[in-house]
Amino acid sequence: MHELGITQNLLKLALQYAEPAGATKITGLYLVIGELSSVMDDSVQFYWDFVSRDTLAAGATLHFERVRATFECQECQTVFGRNEHYICPACGSRRVRIASGEEFYLKSIEVEE
Amino acid sequence: MPQIPVIKDIMSANDQLASAVRQQLDAAGTLALNIMASPGAGKTSILTRTVDGLKDEFNLAALDGDVVMVDVEKIAQTGIQVALVNTGGNCHLDANMVHAALPSLDLTGVDLLLVENVGNLICPAAFELGTHYNVVIASVAEGDDKPYKYPAMYRGADVLILNKIDMLHYQDFNMDYFRHGVEVLNPGVSFLPLSAKTGEGVDAWLDWVRSAIIQKRGR
Ligand SMILES: Nc1nc2c(ncn2[C@@H]2O[C@H](COP(=O)(O)OP(=O)(O)OP(=O)(O)O)[C@@H](O)[C@H]2O)c(=O)[nH]1
Ligand SMILES: [Mg+2]
Ligand SMILES: [Zn+2]
Repeated sequence: MHELGITQNLLKLALQYAEPAGATKITGLYLVIGELSSVMDDSVQFYWDFVSRDTLAAGATLHFERVRATFECQECQTVFGRNEHYICPACGSRRVRIASGEEFYLKSIEVEE
Repeated sequence: MPQIPVIKDIMSANDQLASAVRQQLDAAGTLALNIMASPGAGKTSILTRTVDGLKDEFNLAALDGDVVMVDVEKIAQTGIQVALVNTGGNCHLDANMVHAALPSLDLTGVDLLLVENVGNLICPAAFELGTHYNVVIASVAEGDDKPYKYPAMYRGADVLILNKIDMLHYQDFNMDYFRHGVEVLNPGVSFLPLSAKTGEGVDAWLDWVRSAIIQKRGR
Protein backbone atom coordinates (compact mmCIF):
# COMPACT_ATOMS: atom_id res chain seq x y z
CA MET A 1 0.00 0.00 0.00
CA HIS A 2 2.99 2.35 0.34
CA GLU A 3 3.08 2.59 -3.44
CA LEU A 4 0.72 5.59 -3.32
CA GLY A 5 3.22 7.61 -1.26
CA ILE A 6 6.05 6.46 -3.46
CA THR A 7 4.16 7.45 -6.60
CA GLN A 8 3.53 10.95 -5.25
CA ASN A 9 7.24 11.32 -4.58
CA LEU A 10 8.01 10.10 -8.07
CA LEU A 11 5.69 12.68 -9.64
CA LYS A 12 7.26 15.54 -7.66
CA LEU A 13 10.72 14.47 -8.70
CA ALA A 14 9.83 14.18 -12.39
CA LEU A 15 8.14 17.60 -12.43
CA GLN A 16 11.10 19.13 -10.66
CA TYR A 17 13.27 18.12 -13.62
CA ALA A 18 10.79 18.71 -16.43
CA GLU A 19 9.64 22.22 -15.56
CA PRO A 20 13.02 24.01 -15.57
CA ALA A 21 13.83 22.26 -18.88
CA GLY A 22 10.78 23.89 -20.42
CA ALA A 23 9.08 20.59 -21.20
CA THR A 24 5.45 20.75 -22.24
CA LYS A 25 4.82 17.10 -21.55
CA ILE A 26 6.47 14.15 -19.83
CA THR A 27 5.97 11.04 -21.92
CA GLY A 28 8.08 8.46 -20.10
CA LEU A 29 9.82 7.75 -16.79
CA TYR A 30 12.70 5.27 -16.52
CA LEU A 31 12.88 3.69 -13.07
CA VAL A 32 15.46 1.36 -11.61
CA ILE A 33 14.01 -0.68 -8.76
CA GLY A 34 15.74 -3.41 -6.82
CA GLU A 35 13.93 -6.48 -5.58
CA LEU A 36 14.78 -5.69 -1.95
CA SER A 37 12.81 -2.45 -2.01
CA SER A 38 9.53 -4.41 -2.13
CA VAL A 39 7.72 -2.18 -4.58
CA MET A 40 5.17 -3.67 -6.96
CA ASP A 41 5.23 -2.44 -10.56
CA ASP A 42 1.51 -2.99 -10.92
CA SER A 43 0.52 -0.85 -7.97
CA VAL A 44 2.90 1.95 -8.90
CA GLN A 45 1.36 1.99 -12.37
CA PHE A 46 -2.13 1.93 -10.88
CA TYR A 47 -1.52 4.90 -8.59
CA TRP A 48 0.49 6.69 -11.26
CA ASP A 49 -2.47 6.99 -13.58
CA PHE A 50 -4.38 8.52 -10.70
CA VAL A 51 -1.79 10.96 -9.26
CA SER A 52 -0.45 12.18 -12.62
CA ARG A 53 -3.86 13.30 -13.91
CA ASP A 54 -3.99 17.02 -14.79
CA THR A 55 -0.20 17.35 -14.66
CA LEU A 56 2.56 17.57 -17.27
CA ALA A 57 3.11 13.89 -16.72
CA ALA A 58 -0.44 12.72 -17.37
CA GLY A 59 -0.41 9.56 -19.41
CA ALA A 60 3.36 9.09 -19.21
CA THR A 61 4.58 5.51 -19.53
CA LEU A 62 6.51 4.02 -16.61
CA HIS A 63 9.44 1.87 -17.68
CA PHE A 64 10.67 -0.43 -14.96
CA GLU A 65 14.17 -1.81 -14.90
CA ARG A 66 14.09 -4.49 -12.25
CA VAL A 67 17.27 -5.50 -10.44
CA ARG A 68 17.31 -8.92 -8.83
CA ALA A 69 18.49 -9.28 -5.24
CA THR A 70 21.85 -11.03 -5.16
CA PHE A 71 24.34 -11.92 -2.48
CA GLU A 72 28.06 -12.40 -2.86
CA CYS A 73 30.21 -14.86 -0.93
CA GLN A 74 33.20 -13.17 0.70
CA GLU A 75 35.22 -16.40 0.55
CA CYS A 76 34.72 -17.64 -3.02
CA GLN A 77 32.93 -14.69 -4.68
CA THR A 78 29.98 -16.83 -5.83
CA VAL A 79 26.91 -14.70 -6.49
CA PHE A 80 23.54 -16.19 -5.60
CA GLY A 81 19.85 -15.32 -5.00
CA ARG A 82 17.54 -14.91 -2.04
CA ASN A 83 16.56 -18.52 -1.53
CA GLU A 84 19.81 -19.75 0.02
CA HIS A 85 19.20 -18.46 3.56
CA TYR A 86 22.15 -16.08 3.08
CA ILE A 87 24.59 -19.01 2.96
CA CYS A 88 26.92 -19.57 0.02
CA PRO A 89 25.59 -22.50 -2.06
CA ALA A 90 29.09 -23.18 -3.47
CA CYS A 91 31.31 -23.30 -0.37
CA GLY A 92 28.89 -23.11 2.55
CA SER A 93 30.38 -19.92 3.93
CA ARG A 94 28.17 -17.66 6.06
CA ARG A 95 30.31 -14.63 5.24
CA VAL A 96 28.13 -13.11 2.53
CA ARG A 97 26.97 -9.62 1.69
CA ILE A 98 24.28 -7.96 -0.41
CA ALA A 99 25.55 -7.39 -3.96
CA SER A 100 22.46 -5.93 -5.64
CA GLY A 101 18.75 -5.34 -5.23
CA GLU A 102 18.61 -2.10 -3.25
CA GLU A 103 18.36 0.23 -6.26
CA PHE A 104 15.52 2.70 -6.04
CA TYR A 105 15.93 5.67 -8.33
CA LEU A 106 14.58 7.60 -11.28
CA LYS A 107 17.14 7.28 -14.04
CA SER A 108 15.71 9.68 -16.60
CA ILE A 109 12.57 11.19 -18.03
CA GLU A 110 11.47 11.51 -21.62
CA VAL A 111 9.84 14.81 -22.53
CA GLU A 112 8.33 16.87 -25.34
CA GLU A 113 9.56 20.42 -25.68
CA MET B 1 12.22 12.62 -28.04
CA PRO B 2 14.57 14.37 -25.57
CA GLN B 3 15.69 12.48 -22.49
CA ILE B 4 16.54 14.33 -19.30
CA PRO B 5 18.88 12.42 -17.01
CA VAL B 6 17.79 12.40 -13.34
CA ILE B 7 19.52 9.61 -11.37
CA LYS B 8 17.96 10.57 -8.04
CA ASP B 9 16.38 8.57 -5.26
CA ILE B 10 12.65 8.32 -5.86
CA MET B 11 11.97 9.41 -2.30
CA SER B 12 13.78 12.73 -2.52
CA ALA B 13 10.62 14.82 -2.02
CA ASN B 14 9.95 12.97 1.21
CA ASP B 15 13.60 13.25 2.21
CA GLN B 16 13.53 17.03 1.78
CA LEU B 17 10.66 17.27 4.24
CA ALA B 18 12.52 14.89 6.53
CA SER B 19 15.40 17.38 6.59
CA ALA B 20 12.96 20.10 7.63
CA VAL B 21 11.78 17.90 10.51
CA ARG B 22 15.38 17.18 11.46
CA GLN B 23 16.16 20.91 11.57
CA GLN B 24 13.28 21.55 13.96
CA LEU B 25 14.39 18.70 16.20
CA ASP B 26 17.99 19.86 16.19
CA ALA B 27 16.99 23.45 16.91
CA ALA B 28 15.10 22.21 19.97
CA GLY B 29 17.97 19.90 20.97
CA THR B 30 15.66 16.89 20.81
CA LEU B 31 16.86 13.40 19.92
CA ALA B 32 14.16 11.47 18.03
CA LEU B 33 13.78 7.73 17.53
CA ASN B 34 11.66 6.11 14.82
CA ILE B 35 10.31 2.90 16.35
CA MET B 36 9.29 0.36 13.71
CA ALA B 37 7.97 -3.19 13.99
CA SER B 38 5.23 -5.51 12.84
CA PRO B 39 1.81 -5.18 14.55
CA GLY B 40 1.95 -6.35 18.15
CA ALA B 41 5.74 -6.77 18.36
CA GLY B 42 5.80 -4.52 21.41
CA LYS B 43 6.33 -0.93 20.25
CA THR B 44 3.99 0.62 22.81
CA SER B 45 5.16 -1.72 25.60
CA ILE B 46 8.80 -0.80 25.01
CA LEU B 47 7.94 2.85 24.63
CA THR B 48 6.21 2.95 28.03
CA ARG B 49 9.05 0.94 29.60
CA THR B 50 11.47 3.51 28.21
CA VAL B 51 9.46 6.36 29.66
CA ASP B 52 9.26 4.67 33.07
CA GLY B 53 13.00 4.07 33.04
CA LEU B 54 14.10 7.53 31.90
CA LYS B 55 11.50 10.10 32.89
CA ASP B 56 13.28 11.02 36.13
CA GLU B 57 16.47 11.84 34.21
CA PHE B 58 15.14 13.35 31.00
CA ASN B 59 12.24 15.27 29.55
CA LEU B 60 10.38 12.97 27.11
CA ALA B 61 7.61 13.23 24.53
CA ALA B 62 6.00 10.84 22.06
CA LEU B 63 4.22 10.74 18.71
CA ASP B 64 2.06 7.79 17.77
CA GLY B 65 1.18 6.99 14.17
CA ASP B 66 -2.29 5.51 14.23
CA VAL B 67 -5.94 6.13 13.44
CA VAL B 68 -7.33 5.44 16.92
CA MET B 69 -6.30 6.79 20.32
CA VAL B 70 -5.72 3.41 22.05
CA ASP B 71 -1.91 3.63 22.18
CA VAL B 72 -1.91 7.41 22.73
CA GLU B 73 -4.01 6.87 25.86
CA LYS B 74 -1.63 4.17 27.11
CA ILE B 75 1.34 6.44 26.57
CA ALA B 76 -0.44 9.44 28.15
CA GLN B 77 -0.84 7.42 31.36
CA THR B 78 2.93 7.62 31.84
CA GLY B 79 2.54 11.38 32.25
CA ILE B 80 4.54 12.57 29.22
CA GLN B 81 3.16 14.72 26.42
CA VAL B 82 2.00 12.66 23.47
CA ALA B 83 0.21 13.42 20.21
CA LEU B 84 -1.43 11.32 17.55
CA VAL B 85 -0.06 11.48 14.03
CA ASN B 86 -3.13 10.74 12.03
CA THR B 87 -2.12 8.32 9.30
CA GLY B 88 -5.57 8.32 7.73
CA GLY B 89 -5.31 4.54 7.54
CA ASN B 90 -1.93 4.59 5.80
CA CYS B 91 0.43 1.72 6.39
CA HIS B 92 3.38 3.93 7.39
CA LEU B 93 4.36 7.36 8.64
CA ASP B 94 6.01 9.74 6.21
CA ALA B 95 7.93 12.96 6.77
CA ASN B 96 4.94 15.07 5.76
CA MET B 97 2.73 13.56 8.48
CA VAL B 98 5.39 14.05 11.15
CA HIS B 99 6.02 17.59 9.93
CA ALA B 100 2.30 18.35 10.26
CA ALA B 101 2.09 16.79 13.73
CA LEU B 102 5.16 18.45 15.30
CA PRO B 103 3.39 21.75 16.15
CA SER B 104 1.04 19.82 18.44
CA LEU B 105 3.99 19.14 20.76
CA ASP B 106 6.01 21.66 22.73
CA LEU B 107 9.57 20.52 22.13
CA THR B 108 11.13 23.15 24.40
CA GLY B 109 13.42 21.31 26.79
CA VAL B 110 12.44 17.88 25.40
CA ASP B 111 15.50 15.58 25.34
CA LEU B 112 13.91 12.59 23.68
CA LEU B 113 11.03 12.19 21.22
CA LEU B 114 9.80 8.63 20.75
CA VAL B 115 7.91 8.10 17.49
CA GLU B 116 5.83 4.94 17.26
CA ASN B 117 5.44 4.09 13.57
CA VAL B 118 2.55 2.07 12.12
CA GLY B 119 2.79 -1.68 12.76
CA ASN B 120 4.17 -2.97 9.45
CA LEU B 121 7.45 -4.55 8.38
CA ILE B 122 7.49 -3.35 4.78
CA CYS B 123 6.17 0.14 4.18
CA PRO B 124 7.74 2.29 6.95
CA ALA B 125 11.21 1.29 5.75
CA ALA B 126 10.81 3.41 2.62
CA PHE B 127 10.06 6.69 4.39
CA GLU B 128 12.66 8.74 6.27
CA LEU B 129 10.99 10.84 8.95
CA GLY B 130 13.81 13.15 9.96
CA THR B 131 14.35 11.24 13.21
CA HIS B 132 17.93 10.49 14.24
CA TYR B 133 17.84 6.72 14.63
CA ASN B 134 15.76 3.82 13.36
CA VAL B 135 14.85 1.39 16.11
CA VAL B 136 13.51 -1.88 14.74
CA ILE B 137 11.77 -4.25 17.11
CA ALA B 138 11.55 -7.91 16.21
CA SER B 139 9.79 -10.29 18.57
CA VAL B 140 10.24 -13.95 19.34
CA ALA B 141 6.54 -14.55 18.67
CA GLU B 142 6.94 -13.61 14.99
CA GLY B 143 9.49 -16.34 14.36
CA ASP B 144 13.15 -16.42 13.41
CA ASP B 145 12.79 -16.02 9.62
CA LYS B 146 11.76 -12.36 9.40
CA PRO B 147 15.23 -11.04 8.41
CA TYR B 148 14.96 -13.32 5.37
CA LYS B 149 11.46 -12.17 4.41
CA TYR B 150 11.65 -8.43 5.13
CA PRO B 151 15.27 -7.49 4.42
CA ALA B 152 14.72 -3.75 3.86
CA MET B 153 13.45 -3.18 7.39
CA TYR B 154 16.44 -4.93 8.98
CA ARG B 155 18.84 -3.26 6.60
CA GLY B 156 17.81 0.21 7.75
CA ALA B 157 17.94 -0.42 11.51
CA ASP B 158 20.42 1.50 13.66
CA VAL B 159 19.53 -0.65 16.63
CA LEU B 160 17.66 -3.94 16.63
CA ILE B 161 15.64 -5.05 19.65
CA LEU B 162 14.48 -8.64 19.94
CA ASN B 163 11.46 -8.43 22.25
CA LYS B 164 9.51 -11.16 24.07
CA ILE B 165 12.56 -13.23 24.98
CA ASP B 166 10.45 -14.60 27.86
CA MET B 167 8.76 -16.67 25.12
CA LEU B 168 11.97 -18.38 23.97
CA HIS B 169 11.14 -21.37 26.18
CA TYR B 170 7.76 -21.93 24.57
CA GLN B 171 8.66 -21.59 20.96
CA ASP B 172 11.06 -22.95 18.37
CA PHE B 173 13.15 -19.90 17.68
CA ASN B 174 16.56 -20.56 16.17
CA MET B 175 18.65 -17.68 17.51
CA ASP B 176 21.64 -18.51 15.25
CA TYR B 177 19.45 -18.46 12.16
CA PHE B 178 17.86 -15.14 13.19
CA ARG B 179 21.18 -13.50 14.05
CA HIS B 180 22.83 -14.68 10.86
CA GLY B 181 20.09 -13.03 8.79
CA VAL B 182 20.52 -9.79 10.71
CA GLU B 183 24.30 -9.87 10.47
CA VAL B 184 24.30 -10.30 6.68
CA LEU B 185 21.83 -7.45 6.17
CA ASN B 186 23.26 -5.09 8.73
CA PRO B 187 26.77 -6.04 9.88
CA GLY B 188 27.60 -4.92 13.40
CA VAL B 189 24.17 -3.44 14.23
CA SER B 190 23.52 -3.08 17.98
CA PHE B 191 21.46 -6.08 19.00
CA LEU B 192 19.43 -5.93 22.21
CA PRO B 193 17.37 -8.95 23.26
CA LEU B 194 14.84 -8.08 25.97
CA SER B 195 11.42 -8.68 27.43
CA ALA B 196 9.12 -5.71 27.90
CA LYS B 197 7.02 -8.05 30.04
CA THR B 198 9.58 -9.25 32.60
CA GLY B 199 12.00 -6.35 32.24
CA GLU B 200 14.95 -8.63 31.40
CA GLY B 201 17.41 -6.82 29.13
CA VAL B 202 15.61 -3.49 29.41
CA ASP B 203 18.53 -1.85 31.23
CA ALA B 204 20.85 -2.39 28.28
CA TRP B 205 18.28 -0.68 26.05
CA LEU B 206 17.93 2.25 28.48
CA ASP B 207 21.73 2.58 28.48
CA TRP B 208 21.73 2.74 24.69
CA VAL B 209 19.13 5.53 24.76
CA ARG B 210 20.95 7.41 27.54
CA SER B 211 24.21 7.45 25.65
CA ALA B 212 22.46 8.53 22.43
CA ILE B 213 20.88 11.48 24.29
CA ILE B 214 24.18 12.44 25.90
CA GLN B 215 26.04 12.16 22.61
CA LYS B 216 23.45 14.45 20.98
CA ARG B 217 23.85 17.04 23.74
CA GLY B 218 27.59 17.00 23.21
CA ARG B 219 27.14 18.12 19.62
N1 LIG C 1 5.10 -12.33 26.50
C1 LIG C 1 5.37 -11.07 26.17
N2 LIG C 1 4.37 -10.29 25.69
C2 LIG C 1 4.65 -9.02 25.37
C3 LIG C 1 5.95 -8.49 25.52
N3 LIG C 1 5.94 -7.19 25.08
C4 LIG C 1 4.67 -6.94 24.69
N4 LIG C 1 3.89 -8.04 24.87
C5 LIG C 1 2.47 -8.17 24.56
O1 LIG C 1 2.30 -8.08 23.15
C6 LIG C 1 1.07 -7.43 22.82
C7 LIG C 1 1.34 -6.27 21.88
O2 LIG C 1 2.15 -5.31 22.54
P1 LIG C 1 2.15 -3.77 22.12
O3 LIG C 1 3.17 -3.10 22.95
O4 LIG C 1 0.76 -3.24 22.13
O5 LIG C 1 2.66 -3.91 20.62
P2 LIG C 1 2.68 -2.82 19.46
O6 LIG C 1 3.83 -3.16 18.60
O7 LIG C 1 2.63 -1.45 20.04
O8 LIG C 1 1.31 -3.12 18.70
P3 LIG C 1 0.56 -2.22 17.60
O9 LIG C 1 0.70 -0.79 17.99
O10 LIG C 1 -0.85 -2.70 17.65
O11 LIG C 1 1.22 -2.55 16.29
C8 LIG C 1 0.46 -7.01 24.15
O12 LIG C 1 -0.50 -7.97 24.52
C9 LIG C 1 1.64 -7.03 25.10
O13 LIG C 1 1.26 -7.27 26.42
C10 LIG C 1 6.99 -9.33 26.03
O14 LIG C 1 8.17 -8.98 26.19
N5 LIG C 1 6.64 -10.62 26.32
MG1 LIG D 1 1.33 0.14 19.66
ZN1 LIG E 1 31.43 -19.30 -1.13
